[in-house]
Amino acid sequence: MDLENILTLTQKELRDARRNRWFILYTVAFAGLALALAWLALSGVGTYGLAGFGRTGASLINLVLLIVPLMGLTLGAMSLAGERERGTLLYLFTQPIAQIELLLGKFIGLALAMLLALLLGFGLSGLLIAWQGGATQAEDFLLMMLLAFILALVSLSLGFLISAAVGKSATAVGLALFLWLLLVFFGDLGLMGTAIVLKLDIDQLFTLALLNPLQLFKMAAILAIRSNLEVLGPAGTYAVRTYGSQLMVFLIAVLAVWALLPLAITHYLLGRRGVL
Amino acid sequence: MVRVQDLTKRFGKVTAVDHLTFDVEAGESVALWGENGAGKTTALRCLLGVIPFEGTVELGGYSSTNEGKAARHLMGFVPQEISFHDDMTVRETLIFYARLRKTTTETEHSAGLLQRLGLASYIDKEVRDLSGGMKQRLALMIALLSDPPLLILDEPTANLDVRAREGFLSLLNELKELGKTLIFSSHRLEEVAALAERVLVMEAGKLVSQCTPLELGNYLGNQTMLKLYLAGDEWIAPAVKALTGHGYLAEQNGTGIWVQVVPLEKAKPISLLTEAGIPVADFQLESS
Repeated sequence: MDLENILTLTQKELRDARRNRWFILYTVAFAGLALALAWLALSGVGTYGLAGFGRTGASLINLVLLIVPLMGLTLGAMSLAGERERGTLLYLFTQPIAQIELLLGKFIGLALAMLLALLLGFGLSGLLIAWQGGATQAEDFLLMMLLAFILALVSLSLGFLISAAVGKSATAVGLALFLWLLLVFFGDLGLMGTAIVLKLDIDQLFTLALLNPLQLFKMAAILAIRSNLEVLGPAGTYAVRTYGSQLMVFLIAVLAVWALLPLAITHYLLGRRGVL
Repeated sequence: MVRVQDLTKRFGKVTAVDHLTFDVEAGESVALWGENGAGKTTALRCLLGVIPFEGTVELGGYSSTNEGKAARHLMGFVPQEISFHDDMTVRETLIFYARLRKTTTETEHSAGLLQRLGLASYIDKEVRDLSGGMKQRLALMIALLSDPPLLILDEPTANLDVRAREGFLSLLNELKELGKTLIFSSHRLEEVAALAERVLVMEAGKLVSQCTPLELGNYLGNQTMLKLYLAGDEWIAPAVKALTGHGYLAEQNGTGIWVQVVPLEKAKPISLLTEAGIPVADFQLESS
């Protein structure tokens, strides 16, 4: 594998992201909302006492759950399918580069772009909190940012898979939005409904939750802030009891599998069908 | 330089390329000729290793499937539909592809190409602002950046107007003279006649014939007849002999000679006879 090729393609992807209107829109929306949440959290200081990063972090979980998957899925979906549609993917593949280099270059480039967007959102809200003197739980805040980045990698990876599987970018974006809806809005409802209808045991319910990377992020993020998952009910309590201090490692490991597996399937699909 | 054996590409139930087998020697210029849909572009894409296929393709001894990257180092590609990233300038585009081709744009070779291809004054323009002809030249420049021995071109002049086409063909001819191996697809007899030494005729994905451009003209029944009037009757017999010796269909017709010629090479028999010391007094052309 040629790291120089990967770097060249990564730089190209970063450059493209800077000019991508969707990326700019997502970044501005995320940064603006993160800042607004931090300000709201700080405005409750008089009533509830200074909670610092912890309360803002909790508010940011829902924001991350909404915006980060939307950003990763759509940007990933547009990536390969868009280039294929424009014919630039075919031309790139005729250069002396390996398919894996192209895939990694594009993936890392978009991942770094998303990291910058997250840094901006988390950074601005973090600065506001620190400025107001609420610099408690800073490590947890940073851990949550790391978790948000892993969620970005997962959604980007799923977006790439969609992009490699379908021919047109419009179809890819449509599928990405459908998957986003499925993961965000039907995740909790689906879990609850399935648990009731199938009368699932608590361990089965937890296993089912692992199938949704957004649930994984939510569990890990809440664990980072509160050190327990009681707020998630019996399934959360079961998870803490079963995995104990290893729960965070376990959740991050499963998220890592979610990030790597779709990317590996994307590589396989591209090799099988070529760039057309 | 290029070895293709039993190359077959299927899209579902459609066989786009059917057991194609051919070799190309270093320095040779070979045309894949056929009507639209004959499988030329698909065959070239298989050569490039960008789509999976059955059979084997070797470029310079490297398998285009298992050693695609090494194989693609040996060649430059000029596509029919030029698709660059439109928001990049010509300079940015060249730097980007130069890095992928493990070279730089800061070489004498690169500067020479920029001048020769007439791109120097467009260097800071965005690619979207270039005409089809200039984009074609940019694609050729990228293909030549690392000075590869093999050029693969897909319908190289299909999107060019007559003037740009002549200029581009002249450039490609220069590259041929420099010893580059050319493989290109075409459905234009003029292009084939101007560039190719050998023609692989494809029909419905199959290789149906291998011939010279002249023979292709005959095969297609595209007959342009050149009537030559020599300085005296005594020159007729040696002229017919000289022309048939070079593969032309030539015969005496009254006081002159009828010679079957192909497009873009209509004057070649006159040059041949002049070189052989046979004076040509006049000529006329007739197409059928």
